[in-house]
Formats: sequence, C-alpha cells, structure tokens
Amino acid sequence: MSRKGADIVIETLKEENVEVIFGLPGGAIMEVYDALYRDGSIKHILARHEQGAGHMAEGYAKATGKVGVAMTTSGPGATNIVTPIADAYMDSVPLVVITGQVPTHMIGNDAFQEVDIVGITRPITKHNFLVRDIEELPLIIREAFYIAKTGRPGPVLVDIPKDITQQLSDVKIPSLEEVKKALPGYKPHVEGNAQQIKKAAKLIMEAKRPVLYVGGGAVNAEAQEELIELAELMKIPVTTTTQGKGAFPENHPLSLRMLGMHGTYYANMAVYNSDLLIAVGARFDDRVTGKIDEFAPDAKIIHIDIDPASISKNIIVDVPIVGDVKIVLRKLINELKRKGAKILYLEERERWLEQIEKWKKLHPLTYKNSKKVIKPQYVIEQIYEVTSGDAIIVPGVGQHQMWAAMFYKFSYPRQFLNSGGLGTMGFGLPAGIGAKIGRPEKEVFVVDGDGSFIMTMQEIITAVQYKVPVKVAIINNAYLGMVRQWQELFYDKRYSEVDLSLQPDFVKLAESMGAVGFRAEKPKEVREILEEAMRIDDRPVIMDFVVDREENVLPMVPPGKSYRDMILEDGRGTEAETMYLVG
Amino acid sequence: MADIVGGADITVAKAPKFRQTRKGQVRKHIINVKVRNEIGVLARIATLIAGKGYNIESLSVGETHEPGISRMTIEVVGDDIVIDQVVKQLRKLIDTLKVRDITDVPHVERELVLIKVHTPTSRARDEVLRIVEIFRGKIVDVSPETYTIEVTGDEDKINAMLELLKPFGIKEMARTGKVAMRRELFAEEAGE
Ligand SMILES: Cc1ncc(C[n+]2csc(CCOP(=O)(O)OP(=O)(O)O)c2C)c(N)n1
Ligand SMILES: [Mg+2]
Repeated sequence: MSRKGADIVIETLKEENVEVIFGLPGGAIMEVYDALYRDGSIKHILARHEQGAGHMAEGYAKATGKVGVAMTTSGPGATNIVTPIADAYMDSVPLVVITGQVPTHMIGNDAFQEVDIVGITRPITKHNFLVRDIEELPLIIREAFYIAKTGRPGPVLVDIPKDITQQLSDVKIPSLEEVKKALPGYKPHVEGNAQQIKKAAKLIMEAKRPVLYVGGGAVNAEAQEELIELAELMKIPVTTTTQGKGAFPENHPLSLRMLGMHGTYYANMAVYNSDLLIAVGARFDDRVTGKIDEFAPDAKIIHIDIDPASISKNIIVDVPIVGDVKIVLRKLINELKRKGAKILYLEERERWLEQIEKWKKLHPLTYKNSKKVIKPQYVIEQIYEVTSGDAIIVPGVGQHQMWAAMFYKFSYPRQFLNSGGLGTMGFGLPAGIGAKIGRPEKEVFVVDGDGSFIMTMQEIITAVQYKVPVKVAIINNAYLGMVRQWQELFYDKRYSEVDLSLQPDFVKLAESMGAVGFRAEKPKEVREILEEAMRIDDRPVIMDFVVDREENVLPMVPPGKSYRDMILEDGRGTEAETMYLVG
Repeated sequence: MADIVGGADITVAKAPKFRQTRKGQVRKHIINVKVRNEIGVLARIATLIAGKGYNIESLSVGETHEPGISRMTIEVVGDDIVIDQVVKQLRKLIDTLKVRDITDVPHVERELVLIKVHTPTSRARDEVLRIVEIFRGKIVDVSPETYTIEVTGDEDKINAMLELLKPFGIKEMARTGKVAMRRELFAEEAGE
C-alpha cells in the first residue's frame, strides 16, 4: 500500500513497539507529527526544550531497559538534543533520536534551519544515518533500533529530509532477519571465550583477597541474579560504580557499596589491598581509579565486558573476557561449580572478610547532624525512610548527586539513574519525568541541586501537563556546590563564580507552573514536607530544602590522586596504619 | 612482607606499590580496513583517528572486486597500545567489515609517486634518466625544463630515489599513499 514517508516512520515505530515519543515539532519534522496525529496510537510527550526531551527519553530507557525515542526538528531542534545524545553515548543508554532535515535538494546550501547533525553527532553516537531514499526508510529505522539496543547499547540518530517524509512509497517494513542481513559488519560478541572463562575460574578459586567491581554493563545485561550467586558462592565482596548501583543489593552483607572518588573508605581499601579484581561491565573510569598506577596495585585483573574496545583501554588486564555479562557470569559459575567451587585459601578468605568488617566499622559513611540547620545527608536519609528504600532516585550533577548515591541504599537494578559519564547538570528533572512515565508504579524522586535544577526547570510544565507525579527534592545550598568544594580544598577557598544565592523562589516557581511547592528551613520540617509530598499523586511536587551551605562530600579521593590520599569524613587524611591489613 | 593477621600469615603491601602502566612504542602502523562503501565512512574513520590526536600519514581508498565494498590502507604514527585501541574502535564501526593492523605480519606494500624534476640541461636529463632506469620508473611527461617521473615501490625504494633526485630540484610531487596486502603463507610456513 502506498503511503507517505511520514506514515512509514510511524508504522515502523509501531513495529518496534514504541509506546511513547519525547519531542517537540518544527518545520522539517511536521509531516511526521501530522502522521503521528492521524495515527493516534503512540503517546507523545511535548517537552518544553529538546534537551528535556532527550533526557526524558534517557530516563525512560534507563528505568525500563527499553529503547527511548526522541524526535526534533532540524537545525536548532537537532543541536538542542546534542547534549542528551552525548550523555547517552557515555552511559550506554539505548536511544533512537529522529531529527527532521531540510529537503534533500537543499542539503549543503545553508538552507533555513539546516545543520549537519549527522556530522555533529558522529563521534557521540553508536551510529547515525541520513536517509537518502524513501525505499530505505523503514530498514534504516529498524537498523537504528537494532543497533541501539544490542551489544553495548547506545544512541543512534536518524536524520530524515522533509521531502522523504512527503514522498509516497509502498515499501514493506523489513523483518528482523532482513535487518541483520543488512548489517554484515555488526556482530556483537556475546558468548565469552571458554578458555578465558576457565582461566578466570582458576584465579577466583586461588584468590586470597578478591573483590568484584561492578559497573553499568551488569545492569544493562540484567545480571543481578548471577552476581549475587557468584558473590555468595565464592564469598567475594562487591563494590559498584554509580552506574552499577543496584546490580548488587547494597544491604547485602557482601556489599562494599560504591568505590572511587566518593566511594566508601572500605570499598576503596578493599580494592587497594585486593589480590584479584573482577571487573564486570565496568570501564576503569578515572573517577573510579584515581591515579591509575596506584589502583589495586597488588591485584590480578579479570575484565568481563561486552565491548572489546573497553578492555585494556585504561589498565592492563590479565584475563579479558569479551561477552554478554549475564551469559559469561553464568558460564563462570558453572565452571566454578564443575570444579567444586573450592576456595583454596579459605582461612585467608575468612580473614579478608573480617578485615573488611573492621574497615566498615572504622569508617562508615557518616556525617555530623545538626538541630539548627538541615544537613543534605539528613534529607537523603529521610527520603530513604519515607520511600522505604524502594524509590527510583534520579539526581542532577554535583554534591547532591554524591550524597544521594551515598545515603540512599539501593537494592534493585535501574534504581539509581544518573548522568555518570558526561556528568550533565540538568539531567535530573527531565530524566525523572521519563523514568516515571516508564515505571509509573514506582515512586520517582529527583534529588536535584539548585544549580542543576535551573538548567532544565522548564520541564515542570511538562510534568504538570501529563500529570506525572515526580517528586523533586532540591538540595539547595545556593552554590555550585561541587565546584565550591574543590575551590575550598584545592584553591584556598577562592570561591570564583559559584555563588547562587540570588535565586528564584522555588515554591512560587512551582506553583506558577501548576505544581506543588514546599520549603523546609529547619531539620524538623524535612520529614513533614516529605510525608505531605508522598500523599500527592496527580502533580509534580517541588521541595526546596535549604541546607547547610558549606557541607562537603566526604570521603574523597582528590582528583588524580591515589586511594592512599583519601580525605576521610572528618576532613583528615587516611592514617597509614589503617590502610593496610591490620590485625 | 608477611603480616600476622589473627594468627595466620597473609602477605600484604606495607609500602605503596605501583601497578605496571601502559606505555607502548611509538612507530608507524599500517592498518587495512575493509568497509561498506557508504556515505560518511571516510569521515567516520578519520574522525575516530583524529579523536585520538593522531595524524593520518597516508590513506588510500579504492573499490574491491566485491560490489559495494572498498578497501582502505591507512598509515598512522602512534603508540602501539593506542593504535590497538584505535583498531578495536574501528572494528566497532557499523560500516567496517574487517580491520587489521598488518605492521608486524609479512606483507607487501606499494606506493605510486609522480615527481616533476627540474632538468634544464642535457646532462641533468641524462643523469635523471639513468636514475629512473635503475629504479625502474617511467618518464611520463617531458618539457624543455622538466621531466615528470612515475615510480612505484615500497617506502625504502621511493625514499632512496627521492634522495637521488633532490639535488636536481623537485618542483612538484604527488603520492598515492600506500596500498598494502598481507602475504599469503605457503602451507609449510603456515603450519609452523
Ligand atoms: C552542564 C554542566 N555545566 C557545568 C558542570 C560543572 N559542574 C559540576 S558540578 C557543578 C555544580 C552543581 O551545582 P548544583 O547543581 O547546585 O549541585 P551541588 O553541587 O551544589 O549539590 C558544576 C557547575 C557540569 N557538570 N555540567
Ligand atoms: Mg547547589
């Protein structure tokens, strides 16, 4: 049947089971919006800025594991979504972004609202396409979905010139088999090399002081069950990155919680003293390793990852295993069981776990609470309590993000959705809206900074319009706090351009957009407000928590330094004698 | 150093230790890439290499006997380890079918060069002609003042010839960039 290119777009999206598109229309994409209107079966969320649409699609994708879909017009619409695309690329988020383009015959002429978005996004997409022929349109869109969600997930952009959306064609929607056949150069590894898995099993059985270091790859592969089984089977403590949070429950006795720059003392000490590090779907980011040549200096490293290019990128590993994390872990467990799952140095292992318990007691995550001013950590703890630890937490970027990571305990995958790789301020609110749309049954708490919130706060309107009851807790220190902290610690308190004390009245701002606004200035108001917010389920709630302005995120490994240089929660350095194994 | 922990010996670090870090040798690499001949492939590959801060020394592209498939030979100077990373990332591109660093495997490489040499005197013309013959080149264009020479060969041959021609004055030069191919091993060699 002959139909317009625009209708083919919608038909193909339906074939991909797309339930929701986040976007904002304009000239070059109008035909597709017309087809969307006429069809009427796909929900569309009208963001107020394309960056918002992009982060919403990311939040949706991160919360559900499905592909997030965003749509914009050409030119400024397309450039406005560049940041979310880069963000999704860094954090391996499956995204399909459809952009309108000027008509084919005008491309390259500096036409009105023309920009070479394919060129611009080439280094920040897993792949991108400019559609040149209507006959290719459905194949390209299906390829985009296939590429976005398989292997190491990532964003794929499809740029569609306006004339192609207007032409008529009776081209068929291709089958998945045809899609795969059209991509002969794309074959993600999945199985994992059997020989390497054997080697890994041997190292694990022989290890005295092993640690599992788990990243976002384990969440993407849905490998929680395998991780718990492996850790319990071989008694291996587990630390995760921010992306890996929830892949292993943080209330599990073997959990070391987060490692790295703002990791726990005990996670970092365990990694530093380990003799075997098993990296699972993680990429040895510099925020994790600190000074690379002092990272786990005594350890052999096993690295399991779907992306061959991630392996031995930042650090030399002893046993690389390329494959799907879930499949490889399952095979590894089977191999270990086949060999009797023996821990060869059982006594040393017991002592290793004892040592870790000592580290946990020596320097747990703590802070000094106050009766006069609200401490940011206290707010996070209270959020944990009123949500019974079950909410999805979506932070912005800064100190509040780290406090959210530290003082909320995460128990299931896709529970902590943050902009980890790119560190995009403004991610929180729109991503939280996307997450709530994807998982309406879950409470979604955006823990935002006053600086981050302002970058995308227009999306409150979007949440009001679609009755998305996200809760937004602004940890308001009236500072670009994380930058201020660095200035305090490394620039002699020269607070250059970080003061945000001139700010909108967040309560009135919320109310002006039809949301509910609350403010807490005293510690005792925190709980009251949160409880009241929990009773609202038809609108977003914006809570302004006026917190201690100069609170710092601790512990901290200063940038470029080693775990040995960690600044502890009392602001003092690590005492050398506690660093290493002590009786 | 051994430490007594709860009665058992565990060997642990007592002083800071250092992990071996990655440092490779910096040298010229030859990478062969088989690609689908799609729009933007070249840009993708160039962007990726430039993104590592490396300059492409030479790049040649041409069609192969298979329809829609092209082959590139890329010469790039870089750290072995970073190049290994580049190769892995090139493999990840959707449009690449095969990527191989052939620097350390037996291979043949050739480049074609056109050189316009200043030859105003008959003596210069005689001498240049002799050099061209020795290197089995060809004179492909002549003017009262110049010879234009075509020569193919590997890097050593071409460099040697250029050295000899330099004193006459090279007015212009164009190089195709290398093409390279792995040598096929004989059965007994392959079996080793
Ligand atoms: C878009 C963007 N611009 C700048 C930065 C650098 N940056 C990192 S944290 C931060 C301060 C964030 O302030 P706020 O959102 O109030 O959070 P706080 O640290 O105060 O909790 C800045 C400016 C960034 N990460 N993203
Ligand atoms: Mg702030």
